[in-house]
Amino acid sequence: MKSFTYVRAKSPADAASMAASTSGARFIAGGTNLLDLMKLEIETPPHLIDVNGLGLDKIEDTPSGGLRIGALVRNTDLAADDRVRRDYGVLSRALLAGASGQLRNKATTAGNLLQRTRCPYFYDTAQACNKRQPGSGCSAVRGFSRQHAIIGASTACIATHPSDMAVAMRVLDAAVETVLPNGKSRQIKMKDFHRLPGATPHIETSLQSGEFITAVTLPKPLGGTHVYHKVRDRASYAFALVSVAAVIQADGRGRVAFGGVAHKPWRVEAAERELPNGAAAVAARVFADAVPTPENEFKRILAERTLAGVLSETRGRS
Amino acid sequence: MKFDTPATTNPIDQLKIVGKPIDRIDGPLKTTGQAPYAYEQNQEVSGVAYGYVVGSTIAKGRIISIDTEAARAASGVISIVTAETAGPLGLGSMNTAKLLGGPEIDHYHQAIAVVVAETFEQARAAAQKVKVRYAKAVGKFDLVAERANAKLTNEGRGERLTGDFRTAYAAAPHQLDEVYRTPDQAHAMMEPHASMAKWEGDKLTLWTANQMIDWGRGDVAKTLGIPKASVRLISPYIGGGFGGKLFVRSDAVLAALGARAAKRPVKIALPRAFIFNNTTHRPATIQRIRIGCTPDGKITAIGHETWSGNLPGGKPENATQQTQFMYAGPNRMTATRLAVLDLPEGNAMRAPGEAPGLMALEIAMDEMAEKLGIDPVEFRIINDVQVDPNAPERPYSQRQLIKCLRDGAAHFGWSKRSAVPGKSRDGRWLVGMGVGAGYRGNPVAKSAARVRLDAAGKVTVETDMTDIGTGSYTIIAQTAAEMMGVPIDKVIVRLGDSDFPVSAGSGGQWGANSSTSGVYAACVKLREAVCKAVGFDASKAQFADGRVAVGKKSLSLGEAVGPKGLVAEDAIEFGDLSKKYLQSTFAAHFVEVGVDAATAEIRVRRMLAVCAAGRIINPKSARSQVIGAMTMGVGGAIMEELAVDTRHGFFVNHDLAGYEVPVHGDIPHQDVIFLDEEDPISSPMKARGIGELGLCGVSAAIANAIYNATGVRVRDYPLTLDKLITHLPSFA
Repeated sequence: MKSFTYVRAKSPADAASMAASTSGARFIAGGTNLLDLMKLEIETPPHLIDVNGLGLDKIEDTPSGGLRIGALVRNTDLAADDRVRRDYGVLSRALLAGASGQLRNKATTAGNLLQRTRCPYFYDTAQACNKRQPGSGCSAVRGFSRQHAIIGASTACIATHPSDMAVAMRVLDAAVETVLPNGKSRQIKMKDFHRLPGATPHIETSLQSGEFITAVTLPKPLGGTHVYHKVRDRASYAFALVSVAAVIQADGRGRVAFGGVAHKPWRVEAAERELPNGAAAVAARVFADAVPTPENEFKRILAERTLAGVLSETRGRS
Repeated sequence: MKFDTPATTNPIDQLKIVGKPIDRIDGPLKTTGQAPYAYEQNQEVSGVAYGYVVGSTIAKGRIISIDTEAARAASGVISIVTAETAGPLGLGSMNTAKLLGGPEIDHYHQAIAVVVAETFEQARAAAQKVKVRYAKAVGKFDLVAERANAKLTNEGRGERLTGDFRTAYAAAPHQLDEVYRTPDQAHAMMEPHASMAKWEGDKLTLWTANQMIDWGRGDVAKTLGIPKASVRLISPYIGGGFGGKLFVRSDAVLAALGARAAKRPVKIALPRAFIFNNTTHRPATIQRIRIGCTPDGKITAIGHETWSGNLPGGKPENATQQTQFMYAGPNRMTATRLAVLDLPEGNAMRAPGEAPGLMALEIAMDEMAEKLGIDPVEFRIINDVQVDPNAPERPYSQRQLIKCLRDGAAHFGWSKRSAVPGKSRDGRWLVGMGVGAGYRGNPVAKSAARVRLDAAGKVTVETDMTDIGTGSYTIIAQTAAEMMGVPIDKVIVRLGDSDFPVSAGSGGQWGANSSTSGVYAACVKLREAVCKAVGFDASKAQFADGRVAVGKKSLSLGEAVGPKGLVAEDAIEFGDLSKKYLQSTFAAHFVEVGVDAATAEIRVRRMLAVCAAGRIINPKSARSQVIGAMTMGVGGAIMEELAVDTRHGFFVNHDLAGYEVPVHGDIPHQDVIFLDEEDPISSPMKARGIGELGLCGVSAAIANAIYNATGVRVRDYPLTLDKLITHLPSFA
């Protein structure tokens, strides 16, 4: 770990302006990912801005009938919130499918969105990784790539985004509220929040330098049946091979997003029209442009079959 | 005490304390955090400094230069040791690759330097400043590619032939010829490799996590080039080993070198992400099995060949071990071949040989049974054998595999299994049952102990035996209590110190049987000494209720030994009974699995192991051993695999996020039944090993259950869902 300086932010705007004024500064909240990365010197921020004391830990109703989730709301609290459990079940289920109880107690809403990939080559500083060290190459492309992306990847990076929560937020059309270093705030739609790797896989979100997340908002409830099915090699405490977040209405229409397949939660709205026609029809459109590796080509069929399982469950319930 | 004739009646047979499910006597210390592990022996030293190991980032080649200037200048740094500055170092007799590499590099993450600093954080930060330039060399990293270059080894007597395998196999009316693969596996024990070293003059004390104190003591001395007598190893508590701590590793050697350079005590724990490539692992295997049968299911020919790889000078994974002995058949062939690979060092992991061997053999048996249309339980029973099939004059000391299978089948409800796969469904789950037989040798080794009886009637046992979480403390206390006729709370057990008499140590499931036999021998001597002190006839004396009595004469033990107490020391030494009798342990594993019809996710639903392992010294700790091993078998069956990067020559998934072992959610209810046995040929305890048996055969039982559930036969471990999903019927 490299030495760093540490301050506590006084307000969201203060956090943003301090971050913009120190090159390489990082916000620290739960620290469940950042501290590990610092110990391994994958992240070497010279300056940490602690944002835990900013009071952003509330879940509030919005005038439009949705919810505003403070950036510092812990994953455990968000998953357990009565309104979330009642109206946004897919989000609660996604959160509980992630990490462990101990980690969820510390991990925050904004931190969850900003967590880094778990690509093993990203984690081994002796290996080439464009995400860790731009221009060094990608060891995963022809390496051990069973966990990696099958769609939306590039020759520079085939990493996946590891979050479960983000997949549910994508299917719910959540939006990220931020404050900029100049004190202004803005909203970024979930679909625009995470980026595809392209030639710059080290740039993972559309946040500007210093821009600080204050909340995530959820639109008014969608109704329907909410399912999150996470598939992995063991029953718990593992990142998704594939996950499916779905909200299905009684008439068979609905929404679906996939985790574990791309550099961001993967949702193709145009494919959702095919939901009444079954999983194969949806998957054919969602994954039309998939470019898997020999080690992860199973993910396409797995995604389709996981969706098929989800749809059969929702049929049983409605 | 020489043990060269079968045991007769002895005080252990009273079974007042031995054989009882007594709670671990060290349990409260462990659950309250008071049992100090190697890294936590803070009360033993002052002024401890911290070492952090630098590992090679290439798999093969040479170090051109190591630049330690920036690291030396970093805050808190006391010293840095590399191969260049360490002075001459030897190679431990149990090590294949050097524990401090350079300039030649033998494998990825081979230790090449240790940085010693005032704090752990400073040592780590400085270690990251060490800059190394390498000249990479081409290495061999792919077992499949190197299979053709593998050489026959002497393991299992080379190509071992009994009868005429080739002719008999060719003539067999029913034949099976399949290839199976098992991956590299990691021990993944909870406690990392950790050591703390302190020098006093030229004498070294090393607190270290090590299963085999005397081996370790010898290899530390050999590596450092100092007399064995100058080394003391202390290892009272060990957080799991599974074979990964049989040998001295880099933490121990570098703590010693770091402490010498820093002139301070130094402690080192290997970081988890370093352990997978720095230490040892169970090597991957490719196994070809051929079985020839008559239509009524009698094996006429059985052949098992295995290929594995290791560093030059390393050993093979002898996956044919059980196949030499386990089933009947007049014509047999086994062969163990070894290729050179430049991956990290392969070495023993729990049930080396049998664990991966049975992963293959017990699928093959399932496949052959199906070809024959015979129930797989019956097929194994048909081919039971009560003698060494290579030397029929050599009987098993005891072999109740048939009873394991029959009792297990009845208990598990095996009759409800559909013989046709893919026919049983529970909602979304495809449900199947599988069986696998377990077989593991029963090695024993010389083991010594010292037993002291004091004026208060307390018994203190000292031996360098280790407790790696297995329950050694408790079973040794039970043995001494039974022998001396005292309650268990009158026994103090002190383990894991090279100042104590040399024990068998913990490995190869020999520890419990051998070390308690050593304590038995010392107690026999102590009983004689007590009798001599009071003028009793030792052959007639009764030791019970804290007293020694002959007829109506009775004394408390405290009175008998007087104010100075009495000490006796002895060792059990095993004669040639293992040559006259084949000694093994047996199990039948039954498993029910569910496979999600949509996603192919696998969940084990029920498990049962029926074990025959002689007398069970403590059914509670023995059960813990077996259910732990069954859990490990679940990992081996469906998730554990060190992923080899064959370009760069290392295990890629080198942390516990990438190398998945079972979590609670993966493990269902586990049943264990022990057959009521005693084996007087094995030892005076009449016990056999149990610590590894529980792993033997369980992974194949799971694989067979998955086949029974789905009709998809996978011969390549682990059986992850990607190997099933394209073969499942469509799901809608």
